[in-house]
Amino acid sequence: MNNIIIKDLSLAYGEKQVLKRINQEIEEKKITAIIGPSGCGKSSLLRCINRMNELIPDAKIMGQIIFDKIDIYDSNTDVTEVRQKIGMVFQRPNPFPKSIYENVAYGLRINGLKDKNKISETVERSLDDCGLLKEVKDRLHTSATELSGGQQQRLCIARALAIEPKVILMDEPCSALDPASTFKIEELMVKLKTRYTVIIVTHNMQQAARVSDTTGFLYLGELIEFGNTKKLFTKPKEKLTEDYISGNFG
Amino acid sequence: MKLKRFEEIIGFTILGFSAIIVILILGTIIVNIISYGSNAISWEFISDFPKDGMTKGGILPTIMGTIFVTIITTLFSIPIGVSAAIYLSEYAKEGMLTRIIRAAIRNLAGVPSIVYGLFGVAIFVQGLGFGSSVLSSGLTLGLLTLPWIIATSEEALKTVPHSYREGSLALGATKWQSIRSNVLPYALPGILTGSILGLSRAAGETAPILFTGVVFFVPGLPDSVFDQFMAMPYHLYILSTQHHAIEQVRSLAYGTALVLITLILIMNFTAIFIRFKLRKKFQM
Repeated sequence: MNNIIIKDLSLAYGEKQVLKRINQEIEEKKITAIIGPSGCGKSSLLRCINRMNELIPDAKIMGQIIFDKIDIYDSNTDVTEVRQKIGMVFQRPNPFPKSIYENVAYGLRINGLKDKNKISETVERSLDDCGLLKEVKDRLHTSATELSGGQQQRLCIARALAIEPKVILMDEPCSALDPASTFKIEELMVKLKTRYTVIIVTHNMQQAARVSDTTGFLYLGELIEFGNTKKLFTKPKEKLTEDYISGNFG
Repeated sequence: MKLKRFEEIIGFTILGFSAIIVILILGTIIVNIISYGSNAISWEFISDFPKDGMTKGGILPTIMGTIFVTIITTLFSIPIGVSAAIYLSEYAKEGMLTRIIRAAIRNLAGVPSIVYGLFGVAIFVQGLGFGSSVLSSGLTLGLLTLPWIIATSEEALKTVPHSYREGSLALGATKWQSIRSNVLPYALPGILTGSILGLSRAAGETAPILFTGVVFFVPGLPDSVFDQFMAMPYHLYILSTQHHAIEQVRSLAYGTALVLITLILIMNFTAIFIRFKLRKKFQM
């Protein structure tokens, strides 16, 4: 088992408390969706799992996140290793202004892979996994910024997959995309969960209901409810969850 | 309604006029220098040594002197300036220390060049024992250029989107890897342009080299960085104010000015060219 175990996790930006003592185990090889109104801390929670919150100067993080038998916040843990194992896809597609090929190869190179054939193989396989290879096969060396938004986002997923992470975090990956591209990304997520643990933050409840196995509802920094997606959407245990999914606030 | 339109025209005219004045000033300087100096320009003028107490011959040693000094300035100020800018923009946490560093840089930029000259004498010529030399002058000009290079490089680094850094860090890159391969390349056009403009400014300075290495005349080009040298700005100063036959060498003075301004324009155009080229490359 390679679950992510969140223990007593609290996060504050300066004086502002964003996450309040979150305790939850997230199962491996499933899609877990985190939903909640804007500003509830769902992106912040996601960014705790690969330590991206540390980039914010006055962020204070307390508690533990155990993954692969280690506490990722332990002082002996190498943050770059954490981020290799736990990849991330951002809200806005952020391809580097390099060629499509170089975008995917980048993660391999910084992790010390030099063998050109191996790099080529991995690049192609990752692009293929994201259904992008057949679309871009004959222009691998043209700029990634010329791709459409949806293609760029799939490229960013391919880039994350190339370094063989175990977990993929997705921070509202479809919010900047049109419905057709959104559909492709959702399909891709379902495909990915056979090999990866996928955690997605979304403000789109239909999306959570469509793709996820497990859903967590976060409200004002507290995890109100967490459980099987179908159950959570049909028979929520908490009144707050019910109000939120039925659109009474948010 | 009429009044508004009138105000618009007045405002537009004043703004436009100010812009034209700037062009006129530059134009007048260039036309003036070309019209007086072009007679002096010949192959001999740029390839020969001065003769007969500067009244004849060329200005080769002054051109080479200026180039040598600028090379030393470049080697000194670009690595230090760019590194400092990277530190300030990427590593330093906002706080008392960085505020002091930034204030120091701003104030350094405002120090008069003659003061840099005196400082150069104290530190490089005497303190470090480099003597009156190409090296001392180059380093002194380097100090003068540093604040400019740091400021423009930091500006250039700040324009690189945050998402490039984030994307790279999220793939397990270290901070330095991210900076080296995902920030620096995109800031490079801005850094180079700023640096070259700073260097071209330094190449035309007289005061900082005055005490630290430049001389009125030396036979031959400098053999090492510890030799004294001739330089165009100083040569120009001598020819136009200190020479025993000022009228006679006037056209040589204008010729020197023309070569100097041409060199500086070439540097500035190189900066524009590099920016254009690299910008195209990285937009690919």
